[in-house]
Amino acid sequence: MSAENEKFPKQHIVGFLGSLVLTLAAAWAAVGSGLPTIWIIVSIMVMAVVQAFIQLFMFMHLTEKNGSIQVGNMLHAFFIAAVIIAGSVWTMSFGFSHNHSDDGGGGEEMQMEEQEHNH
Amino acid sequence: MSGHSELTTGPLEYRSHEDRMTVLGFWLFLGAEIALFATLFATYAVLFGRTADAPAPQELFEMPMALTMTFLLLTSSFTCGIAIHEMRRGSLKGLLTWLIITLALGLGFLGFEIYEFVHYAHEGATLQSSAYWSSFFVLTGTHGAHVTLGICWAVLLIIQLKKRGLNQMTARKTFVLGLYWHFLDVIWIFLFTSVYLIGMVV
Repeated sequence: MSAENEKFPKQHIVGFLGSLVLTLAAAWAAVGSGLPTIWIIVSIMVMAVVQAFIQLFMFMHLTEKNGSIQVGNMLHAFFIAAVIIAGSVWTMSFGFSHNHSDDGGGGEEMQMEEQEHNH
Repeated sequence: MSGHSELTTGPLEYRSHEDRMTVLGFWLFLGAEIALFATLFATYAVLFGRTADAPAPQELFEMPMALTMTFLLLTSSFTCGIAIHEMRRGSLKGLLTWLIITLALGLGFLGFEIYEFVHYAHEGATLQSSAYWSSFFVLTGTHGAHVTLGICWAVLLIIQLKKRGLNQMTARKTFVLGLYWHFLDVIWIFLFTSVYLIGMVV
């Protein structure tokens, strides 16, 4: 409680600087690092989650008052989000690629055939 | 910890049982909002690459633009946090000053987003042009609509704060608005990462 009465909002400034660094690091990882695409995606998603936690814990006072319910609810919401997104990608596009640039709209059937040939 | 009693110390927005339940209820609402945005992100991910005859995202996304929007919203989230900090110090003037800065940054973000959408439409990427661009505009547009709502909400709240000053009710309302505004940045972090950055890489 005493921290709230301080004139200097240290926690907010640390969180803000951390977020700036993470944003720039993610931008660099995407366009400047030359890492394999899968590692770019993994690393920038990890940095996004860290930044989200900075917002929740350092800016939004997630753990105050009914903190345990609020933390549980946020974890549940993130779990639901992961299931919806990963589940959709898994069921709808796992093992399926589409070369939209080469063959316009007809590409999907051709690739379905290719996949069947591979089996 | 969160009993039914009225408190006489601590932050104004937590003094009464009703106010504590309002803040908790708003957290539950934010959980539902995460589920809403998850369905839109899932749609976007599934339709990624299906641009048909419209331009590909790599051709339209630009890092300076995406970074500018990110910094505007991130800074507004920070200034909103400072506003709540000032409120808890009991400074109405500080609260109003930082809320108005937050509002200006939010408007700046919204201006860039509108410019971006108009620019994409000129380049041939609209809601109707392909499955990919439909999911893009629905996802980013839903976030933009939330920002617009947040700006209107903040304007109304600033008027109320000027008229009624800082009391238990206005403090609770301001705190809830703060949660909403930070939440908009949480969603934007994932938009910046999975839409703009991945769109520029893949």
